Amino acid sequence: MALPTYATPLERVWYYTYRTLCAAIFLFLIAPILIVIPLSFNAEPYFTFTEKMLSFDPTGYSTRWYDLLLTFGMGKPDAVRDAAWWSDVWQNAAWVNAAKNSVIIGFFSTLLATFLGTLAALGLSRPEMPFRRVIMAILISPMIVPIIITATGLFFFYSATGLANTYLGIIMAHATLGIPFVIITVTATLVGFDKTLNQAAASLGANPTTTFFKITMPLILPGVISGALFAFVTSFDEVVVVLFVAAHDQQTIPRQMWNGIREQISPAILSVATILVIVSIALLTTVELLRRRSERLRGISPG
Amino acid sequence: MSDAATAPELLTTADGRPLKSALAHAQARNKRRAFYLVLPLLLFVVITFLIPIGQLLTKSVYNTGFYSWKDRDAGVSIPLMVELREWFDETPADAEPDEAAFAALVAGLVHARETKSIGQIGTRINYEVSGSRSMFTKSARKAKDLVPPYKEALLEVDEDWGDPELWGAMRNASKVVTLDFYLSALDRTRNADGDIVKVDEERAVYVLLFKRTLVMSALITFLTFLLGFPVAHLLATLPLRHSNLLMIFVLLPFWTSLLVRTTSWIVLLQSQGVVNDIWVSLGLISDESRLQMIYNQTGTIIAMTHILLPFMVLPLYSVMRPIDPSYVRAARSLGATSWTAFRRIYMPQTIPGIGAGGLLVFILAVGYYITPALVGGSTGQLISNLIAFHMQNSLNWSLAAALASLLLFAVLLLYWLYDRLIGIDNLKLG
Amino acid sequence: MKKTLILTTALAGFAVSATAEELTVMSWGGAYTKSQVEGYHKPFAEKTGVKVVSVDADNPATPIKAQVEAGNVTIDVASVEFADAIRLCDEGLVVEIDHASLPAAPDGTPATEDFLPGTLTDCLVSTDVFSTVFAYDTEAVGDTAPDSIADFFDLEAYPGKRGMRKTAKVNLEMALMADGVPAAEVYGLLETDEGVDRAFAKLDAIKDQIVWWEAGAQPPQLLADGEVSLSTAYNGRIFNAVIGESQPFDIVWDGQVYEFEGWVIPKGAPNLENALEFVKYSTSTEPLARAAEWISYGPPRQSSGSLVGIYQGDGTTEMGPHLPTTAANLTNALASNFEFWADRETELNERFNAWLAN
Repeated sequence: MALPTYATPLERVWYYTYRTLCAAIFLFLIAPILIVIPLSFNAEPYFTFTEKMLSFDPTGYSTRWYDLLLTFGMGKPDAVRDAAWWSDVWQNAAWVNAAKNSVIIGFFSTLLATFLGTLAALGLSRPEMPFRRVIMAILISPMIVPIIITATGLFFFYSATGLANTYLGIIMAHATLGIPFVIITVTATLVGFDKTLNQAAASLGANPTTTFFKITMPLILPGVISGALFAFVTSFDEVVVVLFVAAHDQQTIPRQMWNGIREQISPAILSVATILVIVSIALLTTVELLRRRSERLRGISPG
Repeated sequence: MSDAATAPELLTTADGRPLKSALAHAQARNKRRAFYLVLPLLLFVVITFLIPIGQLLTKSVYNTGFYSWKDRDAGVSIPLMVELREWFDETPADAEPDEAAFAALVAGLVHARETKSIGQIGTRINYEVSGSRSMFTKSARKAKDLVPPYKEALLEVDEDWGDPELWGAMRNASKVVTLDFYLSALDRTRNADGDIVKVDEERAVYVLLFKRTLVMSALITFLTFLLGFPVAHLLATLPLRHSNLLMIFVLLPFWTSLLVRTTSWIVLLQSQGVVNDIWVSLGLISDESRLQMIYNQTGTIIAMTHILLPFMVLPLYSVMRPIDPSYVRAARSLGATSWTAFRRIYMPQTIPGIGAGGLLVFILAVGYYITPALVGGSTGQLISNLIAFHMQNSLNWSLAAALASLLLFAVLLLYWLYDRLIGIDNLKLG
Repeated sequence: MKKTLILTTALAGFAVSATAEELTVMSWGGAYTKSQVEGYHKPFAEKTGVKVVSVDADNPATPIKAQVEAGNVTIDVASVEFADAIRLCDEGLVVEIDHASLPAAPDGTPATEDFLPGTLTDCLVSTDVFSTVFAYDTEAVGDTAPDSIADFFDLEAYPGKRGMRKTAKVNLEMALMADGVPAAEVYGLLETDEGVDRAFAKLDAIKDQIVWWEAGAQPPQLLADGEVSLSTAYNGRIFNAVIGESQPFDIVWDGQVYEFEGWVIPKGAPNLENALEFVKYSTSTEPLARAAEWISYGPPRQSSGSLVGIYQGDGTTEMGPHLPTTAANLTNALASNFEFWADRETELNERFNAWLAN
């Protein structure tokens, strides 16, 4: 929307004001996410820029908070950093253990959500699906219902059934929360799906299974992977359900962060935040590439 | 069907079946197939989501605090206040408590003291009549030594035992199914005559919190609209290669952990934080008068606006992108000023996007928990935080369930509205 | 689907089997948990081979009550305040502990005589006496340092934010003492509606300036970050910040409220046997003295008192003058009335929360 030649002076002023305004809003969106990155290298235990940092004095920067992520909770943090030290980190470091739990829970809940969600999306996108609207509304509702309500309900239900304080319980809960994302992304892919491709395969003698794996699957795969990534992020970032139904020693990264923020935000939190920002950049890039691939595969040129 | 079966000229399939029934059969089979694909997930969601929420709703109307006690050593359930509950059953609702009632009460107190259930009983009645828990624990300690007439003896211990409101509360609590927790959740209680009245001003908090939640959510929705509209408009009108690049500014926050974003706002806004530092160094404010921008409503509003902004921009963008710019040009060529063209031609076409984004942001804001809990202080808390408080601190689970049910009702209403107006199918991510 | 189920079931099974020879102890976090880890957990693990897992909560009494009531108990031993222990015991939510089973002092004095009077109840074995005091940042208060509880409520002499614990307990007592009520009359007054109104009125005067904290580790952090210039706090946390981390804070002992705290075992604890062993071991003479060398909370056993040496954080500071029960610190002190709070905490907190939200 270049400025037209017939624009009045007032419009010219507005044009530049508008651009500045948008730039400010973009800054509002992105600055809070980027600000944690330099601050996580602070040599001092503060959450603001020190004089030394502002004058780019190298002594104002350090990686001590990243080091703390490894040593916090270790048996012998000051020992020589040999194989035994690293094994101590792997066994005892609080953040490392939280990361392990988060990955395990995220992996299995994603698997569950993606499998069940993709299957259901295939059913939901068939024109003959009965009660489509109602069922769709139910399956999407875990995303809409406030998390505190879901967590409260799960607390009562899990306490009564013995699922409380188990990994299985958390995995099931996180899968439920991830399912809406899988359904949304996969059905979106199926909307543009050309059904004649399946009919062509069938007419050439392929049975439904072959058709599915050779034709349908490759085409919807980008959508499935995007959905899976969404489900993983949902689990990886989830703290309320964990707070309500997990045992006190079942730590995850968000839970560890939650405790850290409430009690004392040491810059160690900022170093975790930085790592998570980098992870989200990687995920965003993946999803973006997948989306383009999907559009290319289905012959939709990018807008 | 019978007409078709007896019709003389019947279309049949190759194997001789009537075409109509074969088609219906195939149709039914396809329906079943589609349904079977969805069934595993549906069952899963029923188990991990619908049943737990059903249980929550049950909890809000079901409380055995005055009815039975679980003996955790023996693992059995012991009925409580049996004599008193019988007396309630036998007498009309407005009966004056007589000596028999007091004798039954004392027996119940002695029994409760022995079984260590007095805390539970006192807590249950305290939900209805504030300040009565200590009466129960205190009186139960002395109950064993009381002698008839029990009425005088108990009034001697505490004269409030004659309070008709207290007796009304005990009568209510003697039934396990009750709507009283919904009354509490709306700052209402029953007076001595059983009428529903407002609770004391100094104890009323839930209606205030519901109102605050709605007002703050509306404000946040408006702010996301205010910030989201220009950005979405810019993204929609720029050439695609530019807008795809700028889209990262919207999508990166969307993909970044909620806790990371909340932490960032603490870092930025706290009184020794980056924003205050900048203002002090620019000389805008003095070092002593740093602004309190966090741990209050301001903090909650700023952080939530930032976190929910992508949910406004994305639906707006997807509506604005296909809008044909030639309409606005046509309006301009017919003499409209740029403002008029925007207001009369462009704006109306974006209404579906505003509706979708606005409703989505509002629905998400109403149920927000994490951000207000971390940056809200005491004035920036929303109703979700109060539910968590009753779940984890005061342990008044029935009240938590009642509050949660009311919130759920509100959200489902909005969800239904969203489905009617926009359609869940049109929910898009990124 | 099948594979996932098998995997997840195996995973859940693994999680259960991993906790077989473990003991989960819940405490208050930060410096206090550290003192217990050094004084009790590590030597107990060495002695018995049972791994002690330490978990933290803002106030362990609440999660264990929730766990017992919901019927999914994962905590074996928890550190709770005296009043909470009385209440949990009255409600049958914690296990009764036989006093005769507690180990005698090294000189043979039976535990029941060795423990200070009133520090053993049916369900609680005390581990220490702690105090809620108020502390200030010496660099933030100007030339005249505050020296009485009234100063905490004096916004003119000491402007700025102050931290307080987000609960009715202790705050109401401090408000009345600051309002000129002698320590001995505080609970008598709080029994009446007028007394409670008066306490809330006093709190009202500084409400806008209060930053509320929930976990004991928060006040030293709030002071260090400059978010508040004065804050109520547990004395041991301030001690550790001042002596251990050289923070410029000072404690005002005037108007302190002290209370015992100790171990309880929730009913249904998964490792009851080990839990009892742990309670017996950790409350014997030597471990109590060792823990007191890590934080300035006095031990409840007479035989431990003389064994408490110097602060292990720096190796030079004598613990004596920093304990809440030292004569110099007791000039205007209030012993928390556990009966009052066991009976009234629920209703006063309810009023407190409504006051907070309005």
